[in-house]
Amino acid sequence: MSLQATTSQTVGPFFQIGLARFYVDDLTGLGASGEAIEIEGRVFDGDGEPVPDGVIEIWQADAQGKYAPQESSRELESIEENDPHATGHAQAQRAEGAFLGFGRVPTQADGSFRFKTIKPGRAPAPDETLQAPHIAVSVFTRGLLRRLVTRIYFPDEPSNAEDFALKLVEAARRHTLIAKKLRDGRLEWNVVLQGKDETVFFDC
Amino acid sequence: MMQAMAKFRGYRRAEPGTQPEYLHPPYVSSIKRAPSKPLVYLPYTLSEVTGPSFDSFAIDVKASDLTRPHAGEPLGERIVVSGRVLDEDGRPAAHTLIEVWQANAAGRYRHNVDQHNAPLDPNFEGSGHTLTDEHGNFRFITIRPGAYPWRNHYNAWRPAHIHFSVFGPAFATRLITQMYFPGDALLPFDPIFNCIADEKARNRLISIFDWETTVCQQALGYRFDIVLSGRDSTPWEK
Repeated sequence: MSLQATTSQTVGPFFQIGLARFYVDDLTGLGASGEAIEIEGRVFDGDGEPVPDGVIEIWQADAQGKYAPQESSRELESIEENDPHATGHAQAQRAEGAFLGFGRVPTQADGSFRFKTIKPGRAPAPDETLQAPHIAVSVFTRGLLRRLVTRIYFPDEPSNAEDFALKLVEAARRHTLIAKKLRDGRLEWNVVLQGKDETVFFDC
Repeated sequence: MMQAMAKFRGYRRAEPGTQPEYLHPPYVSSIKRAPSKPLVYLPYTLSEVTGPSFDSFAIDVKASDLTRPHAGEPLGERIVVSGRVLDEDGRPAAHTLIEVWQANAAGRYRHNVDQHNAPLDPNFEGSGHTLTDEHGNFRFITIRPGAYPWRNHYNAWRPAHIHFSVFGPAFATRLITQMYFPGDALLPFDPIFNCIADEKARNRLISIFDWETTVCQQALGYRFDIVLSGRDSTPWEK
């Protein structure tokens, strides 16, 4: 049997209604050991204008380079009271300690987003090497008929030089995937959807 | 511990023509937001073939009924939307998170950016979520959304639709799409619905009126199956 994958459609301007419940801007917490980091950035369009209506999702390994278990127990935690006005932050807490590895934040009026997480370790690459620490990113906005996929890498990371995915990117554009360290230790990583400093996006 | 030794399989890339190009000029918002450089082909790694599991998130089992949260009944035509989340090989996506959002029956979203002068409904939020069951089935109870005007071009109106966000088993299978209704006169004019040339693929975004889903004396039923990328046939040996 062979079906065809459903066609993607834009997230549109009103996704907050549907996606806010599971906004997760802080991935640290119970069971998440490792170096806590804060990443912030802005999303820009082809005119350099901020994108105020985007949503960024991240997926990453834990500090040991392990991804959250793919087969976990199916016991559902149900909420007795359905509060339609509740935002995601309160509800989206892990019921158990394991590191979830998933985050989702909307962009603000100035195109900015930020999240707090732990620096991931090195996960295996298909060619028997280890990947450099990285975070997989999906970008959704009005105007994008399908998501854009990119990655965040870390500055001062020697393993970047041998990373499976970075090696696929022309050298002159690799910097768009590597966060910059700000003076206070936070990391800055911007998304340029189009134009001269366009972020590298992956076919995935 | 086993991860480094695990065999894993990637996912199939989209059939040509079944997924939109980023730049689709009739959809004006795509013009300044579509990337101008070609995407970099990334063979799948563990980072793309794994994905978040939401079954230990606080799923609200009542959130699949969008007509329920308020004391009063929302206005409009009550409907049931059910379907399955499958992959291209027909395998169900079990226990996967589906989130939906939509306008009310008058074509108004409960969102501060929506300035359409149709009324808000105090009894309708327009959002819901659920997990699929072990066979990939889901079922929402809601109100048929109204069409609404937008500023893409002169006299532009979006056909009635419900937004669907689905994860599936992996980062690679993440999908956000929109479900439309059969017989909607606005469909031929909508640049978002018409973002791909493949008519059959486009028409799979239109739900099917379904007697099996229809509840006697209660609600008309529509079916909408969602198909996610299937697994690659050859495993990566790792």
